[in-house]
Amino acid sequence: MKFDNYMILEFPSRSANEAFARSAVACFAAQLDPTMEELGDIRTAVSEAVTNCIVHAYPQELGTVMLRCRILKDNVLDIVVKDKGVGIPDVDQARKPMFTTGGAERSGMGFTIMESFMTSISVTSEPGKGTTVHMRRKLQRRQ
Amino acid sequence: MQFTSFLQDGRLTVALTGEIDHHRAKSYIQAIAAKIEAYAPAVCVLDFQEVSFVDSSGIAVVINALRQMTRMGGKLLVTGLREQPMKVFRASGIEKIVDIKEAVR
Repeated sequence: MKFDNYMILEFPSRSANEAFARSAVACFAAQLDPTMEELGDIRTAVSEAVTNCIVHAYPQELGTVMLRCRILKDNVLDIVVKDKGVGIPDVDQARKPMFTTGGAERSGMGFTIMESFMTSISVTSEPGKGTTVHMRRKLQRRQ
Repeated sequence: MQFTSFLQDGRLTVALTGEIDHHRAKSYIQAIAAKIEAYAPAVCVLDFQEVSFVDSSGIAVVINALRQMTRMGGKLLVTGLREQPMKVFRASGIEKIVDIKEAVR
């Protein structure tokens, strides 16, 4: 896979890092000259993916969240959010709107929002090993 | 957490600020629940005018307030939504169950 630029971040699954992660990705994506709306979509999707690691992947203890962003050809931003947490037993069920195992403080809309705000998303998970969320967003070229 | 609220004629307005993500949502959920419990308003307004970002945690804030107001026979309004929060709320379908208004520009 050819790419023009990339960045890799690693941080503990502390909730304070949700804002850090989405801001870091937004700063990296800025070189693609995105619109405010595109930037908002990317920040939202990253926030959802990272929050899932913090709430679900490492429910009892702190673990490591890995975040990689690449710029692919044709103005495509490629984002991978990866954890080595508990994994998701049924990915299809987890992606359904309103499904959550997180209680009343969660809405169950995380994957739905990632799906609607990004061009593509794939989720691979193995119970006990961890989860990888791979998202892409094609940005419009501004004239 | 910055948080202001006022009560007028049985209408409780809660003004939220900044970015509402999972990190901040829990304290908002608890603080709003405590205000509704204390004042038992007929109408609760969540004012998002000063909220620059929400993710799905913001939806949980609204749903928790909605559940509580519905249980008490009251009404919930969500006002002042900027572009990004509005888009998240629309994507979630929450506008079908709560009265939501965009920010006045």
